[in-house]
Amino acid sequence: MADDDDRVFKALSDPTRRLLLDKLFARDGRTLTELETDLDMTRFGVMKHLRVLEEAGLVLTQKSGREKLHYLNPVPIRLVHDRWIDKYTERRVTALIDLKNKLEDSS
Amino acid sequence: MTTMTPTTTTTQVYRVYIKATAQAIWTAITDPEWTDRYGYTNHAHYDLRPGGHFDVTPGAKFRAASEAKGYELPDVLIDGDVIEADPPHKLVTTFRMLMDPQMAAEGFTRITHEIKELPDGTCSLTLTHELENAPTLALIVGGSQEQYGAGGGHAWVLSDLKTLLETGKSFNE
Repeated sequence: MADDDDRVFKALSDPTRRLLLDKLFARDGRTLTELETDLDMTRFGVMKHLRVLEEAGLVLTQKSGREKLHYLNPVPIRLVHDRWIDKYTERRVTALIDLKNKLEDSS
Repeated sequence: MTTMTPTTTTTQVYRVYIKATAQAIWTAITDPEWTDRYGYTNHAHYDLRPGGHFDVTPGAKFRAASEAKGYELPDVLIDGDVIEADPPHKLVTTFRMLMDPQMAAEGFTRITHEIKELPDGTCSLTLTHELENAPTLALIVGGSQEQYGAGGGHAWVLSDLKTLLETGKSFNE
């Protein structure tokens, strides 16, 4: 699973790829042509980024007639969140609550 | 399959890779003793043949959490029909959320579960939810209402399912 996480972090480390995910978050199920509009990049460049996102499992494609639609798959991000983020934020929130209680008790 | 319009924006697609057999994943989706252990912890009941009934009833943990918040739960949370059942690889059902009148009025949506065995011994589980005319349900299953106590939707459920099957324990066990 370490490899999977590596691929997700690597895919997320690029601003263009994050922008592509944001575009799919705003409206899912887009074609390559729709995704490349207002991106200052060649079609080939966008395809390359989409391939990295697909390999990380962050983008899934489905055929619809002649078109290939791209969908955002949030599960890998959720797995990273559940594995890495929850653990640390919960502790911090608890620490803040403790601090708040202490300050309120002493006043 | 119904034909989809060229730019479907109401469909949500999720995929998770799980180190487990297709049969174990199938059982975890279709057996209420398993669905009790992850995600919303409710009990799924499938009559696994075309036209068979499907519903989800509240599990003890979900019922206790809802009552603590003062929500009155219906006896049936979700209902639908089985369209296709091909164990342990493909399950297609309709899906209607009955937990509030607004979502109930949105009517039946459609969920496809597909389980594929991969050469490395793992499986992929792909969940496709066709959510035409169901904007409220789409928000809930999309996970965007989690901060309001609606749970993390499909991504959260699938993440927990993977954790349960790979480690023997879900997030809350």
